[in-house]
Amino acid sequence: MFQFPVMPPQASEWAFHYDLLFWGTSALAVFFTLVVGILVTVLAIKYRAGSKADRRNPIDHSNLLEMSWSLPPLVLAIGMFFWSATDFIQYRKMPEKASEIFVIGKQWMWHLQHMNGIRENNELHCVVGQPVKMTMISQDVIHAMYLPDFRAQFHVVPGRYTELTFTPTMTGKFRMLCAMHCGTQHSEMVGQVIVMSPKDYADWLAKDGNRFTPTALSMADAGKRLFTEKGCGNCHGGVDTERAPTLVGLFGKQRDFDNGEKVVADNEYVRESIVNPWRLINKGYTNTMPAYKGQITEEQVLDLMAYIKSISGSAANAPAEAAGRKPEGSIPGFAGPQNSTDAANRVESAGAAQFKQSENRP
Amino acid sequence: MSATAIPATQHHGEKKTYLTADHTIKSWLLTTDHKRIAVLYLISISIFFFAGSLAAGLIRYELTSPRGHLLSSEAYNKTFSAHGIIMIFFFLIPSIPATLGNFLIPLMIGARDLAFPRLNLLSWYLYSIAGVIALLAMAMGGVDAGWTFYTPLSSLYSNTQITLTLLAAFIAGFSSITTGVNFIATIHKMRAPGMTWFKLPLFVWAHYATSIIIILGTPVVAITLVLVIFERAFQIGIFSPELGGDPVLFQHLFWFYSHPAVYIMVLPGMGVISELISCFSRRPVFGYQFVAYSSMAIALLGFFVWGHHMFLSSQSTLLGVVFSFLSFVLAIPSAVKIFNWATTMYKGSIHFRTPMIYALAFMGLFVIGGLTGLYLAAIGTDVHLTGTYFIVAHFHYVMVGGAVTAFLGGVHFWWPKMFGRMYNEFLGKMSAIIIFVGFNLTFFPQFILGYLGMPRRYHLYYFAPEWQIYHVLSTAGSTVLGVGFLLPAFYLTYSLFKGPKAPKNPWGAKGLEWEETDPVPITENFDHKIVVTKPAYDYDAEEDSKLYEPEHKEEPALTGGKH
Repeated sequence: MFQFPVMPPQASEWAFHYDLLFWGTSALAVFFTLVVGILVTVLAIKYRAGSKADRRNPIDHSNLLEMSWSLPPLVLAIGMFFWSATDFIQYRKMPEKASEIFVIGKQWMWHLQHMNGIRENNELHCVVGQPVKMTMISQDVIHAMYLPDFRAQFHVVPGRYTELTFTPTMTGKFRMLCAMHCGTQHSEMVGQVIVMSPKDYADWLAKDGNRFTPTALSMADAGKRLFTEKGCGNCHGGVDTERAPTLVGLFGKQRDFDNGEKVVADNEYVRESIVNPWRLINKGYTNTMPAYKGQITEEQVLDLMAYIKSISGSAANAPAEAAGRKPEGSIPGFAGPQNSTDAANRVESAGAAQFKQSENRP
Repeated sequence: MSATAIPATQHHGEKKTYLTADHTIKSWLLTTDHKRIAVLYLISISIFFFAGSLAAGLIRYELTSPRGHLLSSEAYNKTFSAHGIIMIFFFLIPSIPATLGNFLIPLMIGARDLAFPRLNLLSWYLYSIAGVIALLAMAMGGVDAGWTFYTPLSSLYSNTQITLTLLAAFIAGFSSITTGVNFIATIHKMRAPGMTWFKLPLFVWAHYATSIIIILGTPVVAITLVLVIFERAFQIGIFSPELGGDPVLFQHLFWFYSHPAVYIMVLPGMGVISELISCFSRRPVFGYQFVAYSSMAIALLGFFVWGHHMFLSSQSTLLGVVFSFLSFVLAIPSAVKIFNWATTMYKGSIHFRTPMIYALAFMGLFVIGGLTGLYLAAIGTDVHLTGTYFIVAHFHYVMVGGAVTAFLGGVHFWWPKMFGRMYNEFLGKMSAIIIFVGFNLTFFPQFILGYLGMPRRYHLYYFAPEWQIYHVLSTAGSTVLGVGFLLPAFYLTYSLFKGPKAPKNPWGAKGLEWEETDPVPITENFDHKIVVTKPAYDYDAEEDSKLYEPEHKEEPALTGGKH
């Protein structure tokens, strides 16, 4: 009736490195537990009251002994620290090319958006062997995206984007949990990551995948529509005007503010400039834009961001390279639908490639 | 420690002890005697301990099924929040300092009372008021945000009695601060002639270090809780992004106190363990100065590691790595203590009486608690374990396996001094062994659950039925643990009325509290002037072991009655 599992599935590249570190630490922990356990047991038996042990010439202190049991553990501890810290830095390194997924945590479900417009709740379909990069935000309290079988976790915080990446190495269904207490139904904020072979994924995209796309628009296209609906283009045109700077080529470009601060435009900055535009005013402009806080949802912000990214040219994908560069004469036609879809596909290059593969099938 | 005895006025008949000096209820409720206040605290924290344990029992029962038995998710969340709030704020933090510390520090340093006796009484009243408010909040519906009160769940989203509960924690904080101030002033200014810093029992050193943490850390959390109340009540944006605040700021402020607070809970326990191991090994604590300094090192370093609770909170990778490094460094002073205690037993004459069994249980459990802390200090292993049952298991090994075991060991050790009665030794040993076994059965399976990926604070796990076996084992263990905790409640209470009268020094222990006071101290503590000449822990194992040689006809064991 009962199972005794001792290890969760090892379903990502990082999981292998993780388990090595975990069991390495365990070896150290078991070793020291045994050292103390055996030491105490032996001393307790040998020197029990009434035993014949030699108790002459006891010592009360010894600097040599103190050093010998504090320095070697310190060296071991620093060794463990370096191992784990280098692993962690690797774990936090976001891949250059990855299927980009946008995650919105809300009480009590996970909402996931693909660049190509597929939207899923509590489920994520992805392809085995392909890195996935999640850009996550919460629309209410703090959540934590926890994928135990991938040994991956990061907090999902309201008001800022966080990132998480993993590369699944086996097909199957794996748990997606919330690991930060988020209110009444915290334990029901669970879903699954469905890792598929490229062929199955392509089939899913062709058939079932559509079930999750009420609007066939990609994120960037949805963003473009919203951009028009909200009249953003009235001020943010194809070129800088007196009222507002253009958003063409925005991503990856350095912005100078009237308070002297500087920032390279990224997700965080764009979101803040939509919801709280008064916080950071570009040099030479005045605070005239209305704040959209409470006016638009996190989903809409993400769509707008995808659109703005799509008119940023290659800067979106290589911010460092583009940081010092002038926006290259803005994309013709102020980003027509063709351009935006292209950008979307570029970002989700891996997934899109699979998609195209499937199109060749009858 | 010897004393120059100044002839005390001896009356015929029995001398009045602090317990019998006055019998009225008023004399208890308005007492400024540190010993009576300690007893008041002992009664209060015991009540909270059993209330918190009931909540724990309910949680454990609920989790034996993947779909729960009795509670709604809302009720479950309120239950674990109540468990955490009661156990942390109303049991663990005051447990050893306010009872044993209060009772013993003046006796150990040869003082008549604490430096500020009325402040000491105020501390108990603040604690009681806070406790009543917290219970009231629970009666009015309780809170569901956990004892950590993470924003913005606590400040904007939770629709429960958060404000009242935060107020209770705020007031309890002041009770803790007054105790800390009192200890520091007392230890600095009221030591008897000859009682130099390095003659102080390590119990006193541990409380000195604890008091420093209390007065540096508690005001920070107090003001943080007030800020949450302000955000809830007046919509002032501090922690909630919707109001322009920063949710992670709360975690920084909260853990700046709450990580050092772990040492508020465990350092006094380490102080107790030093006394117990030394007494029952008949050896001075090995490397006394290292143990004393390690307490101070822990108190200091404890303030620089709070960020290890926030590795995944969105703080920068660099910051996380630095906090991880500092956390590894902090492991060393604790390791120093463990090895010093073990070496104290070398060439000792070890008596396995109840307090010693508790001390050995402490060492076993604390080693596991400390070493599993490495997985969480290591930023690489933390990513999969934080927020899971691994954390739950780890801090219960430290808090229950460490602090509670030490507290019970200390209570058994000084019980004869506090109440003048002996408890049943056999039942005492049984309770220590049952607690050790029950504890491991309860919490070890939770390490595995955490590694398997079960998040903490989950009410339901129907999507992972394979976790059930570990929950069943854990609940079975908690039943054993419950028996282990109930046992002392019964035989200790029984001993108050029917236990044999305790001799002055039943364990043959050293220290002013054993050697220079009456069996049960009088209200003024000492009836003669104290001058300290001997070092702390003036034990002699070789002498002790000679009592076992054949020419000794009488019972060689410690005095204090046969059992």
